[in-house]
Amino acid sequence: MTDLPTNSAAKKLGLVIDLDTCVGCHACAVHCKEWNSGGVAAPLTDIAPYDADPDGVWFNRVHSYEAGRGAAGRTVHFPRSCHHCETPACVTVCPTGASYKRAEDGIVLVNEDLCIGCKLCSWACPYGAREYDYDSGVMKKCTMCIDRIYNDAFAVEDRVPACVATCPVGARHFGDLGDPDSDVSKLVEARGGYAPMPELDYKPVNRYLPPRPRPAQATDTALVPAEPDTPGILGWIDRMLSR
Amino acid sequence: MHPALSVILFTTASGAGYGMLFWLGTFSITNTLPSDRFFAPVSLALALAAISGGLISSTFHLGHPERAWRAISQWRSSWLSREGLVALATYVPAGLFGIGLVVFHRSDGFWAACGGLAAVGAFSSVVCTAYIYRSLKPVQRWANAWVVPNYLALAAMTGGLWLTALAATFGIGRPAIGWLAVILVLPAAVLKLGYWRYIDRTTSTSTAETATGLGSIGAVTMLDPPHTSDNYLLKEMGFRVARRHASRLRRISFVTAFVLPVLLIVGGLYVGGTSLIILSLIAAPLSTFGVLIERWLFFAEAKHTVMLYYGAARA
Repeated sequence: MTDLPTNSAAKKLGLVIDLDTCVGCHACAVHCKEWNSGGVAAPLTDIAPYDADPDGVWFNRVHSYEAGRGAAGRTVHFPRSCHHCETPACVTVCPTGASYKRAEDGIVLVNEDLCIGCKLCSWACPYGAREYDYDSGVMKKCTMCIDRIYNDAFAVEDRVPACVATCPVGARHFGDLGDPDSDVSKLVEARGGYAPMPELDYKPVNRYLPPRPRPAQATDTALVPAEPDTPGILGWIDRMLSR
Repeated sequence: MHPALSVILFTTASGAGYGMLFWLGTFSITNTLPSDRFFAPVSLALALAAISGGLISSTFHLGHPERAWRAISQWRSSWLSREGLVALATYVPAGLFGIGLVVFHRSDGFWAACGGLAAVGAFSSVVCTAYIYRSLKPVQRWANAWVVPNYLALAAMTGGLWLTALAATFGIGRPAIGWLAVILVLPAAVLKLGYWRYIDRTTSTSTAETATGLGSIGAVTMLDPPHTSDNYLLKEMGFRVARRHASRLRRISFVTAFVLPVLLIVGGLYVGGTSLIILSLIAAPLSTFGVLIERWLFFAEAKHTVMLYYGAARA
């Protein structure tokens, strides 16, 4: 059903992504692709993967931005995936009931057996979280790795989404953002975590942690040119090399 | 947004069909339907053919057209679902209206009521179509108050122009239908100009800064895209039309959809006779062609917030 669940007391499973730590290595996107190529939403079809113009379905894309200019400018790597919104228009616009938001944990999923491939949900998502599979004719999206996080065959510490498990710098965190006492909620509280495009009122569950302010000394320790007339052997080498 | 041909054909053809159905039903309940033996049945048949052709065409862009029947199930939340449901439901009174016309040669009493209900269905179908776009917040050029009146006015206008052509062809000596069509062009033209003016002068509240949340550091520009070739998002949401082409297409659309049809119909009404038949038979398809271009632009000029992640400053 495309009606949204009304139980606000339920779990809100989501990701917390630390933009201060992220190094933009794309490992999260690659592991996501790898895991989900065999997971519930499989296949994540690739079209012409070895040609000049490859295309294919990915649930996670890592953008790199420059924020600000000059000395104040920052390079920020920005992984973008489904935010599992509390008011996801991608679900309510679905004409068939293929898109749904789970009442028990808030995860937004697509039932591929019901999807007619009208693509309207991807138009309704401001974040570009949904990618159409041209080959199988249905819409695909992040599943929050439901086949990992509830997988009894995994050790408890491995029951996290593939992107979180693989991040080499620990920039990705997973947990219940509906519980104010959870580790992820405390992290969001401490670091001023935010949701993108709040003006559209989709109420994303995921949070980004903003880059920390740059330490003041970083800009003060600019490189000073070496003294032009250093005495001794080093000065002689400097003069020889400067010719 | 990518202008999918099937959706452009659907909204234009079914719009004209629902326009015709709306006016035929309205004529029947106001007891002004011409009593000619052929005009109303042929017009209704053409209207239903345009509607059905459009609806079938709309399934061509689906990944799984064979599952299209599922689309009527989510009417409680989805405008697309509502549209499908209302469109199907409208066939019932429209079909009964047709049976009255063809079998019993009547369009009064119960049969007129069916016509009236068909008119309500036609109106509601176009409203649902327009609301599919109107309700999409990521596309600021669709999520505004101009969209629904535009769809309604263009459907009413093209429907009126086709009825004028048919009335002239069947020799209905009723210039009122022609004048109705001329009058209908006016709000349609004004609303279209208003829409274009609106989208030219406003931009989305969302920016690259709000999309990334990095605005507190400074202006946000893309350094590296996440992938080297176009993915689904860029193909579907990243369609761009050059401003130069867009303004030329707007002029072509405006002249063919509004200006020339008015001149042709007024000229035909003034001269009368065979010239009205010829001129109105030119005006109706010409205007429909203009609306096709308008509909192409409606998609091609629409911008989606996802492009903010791919280097667009505004959506």
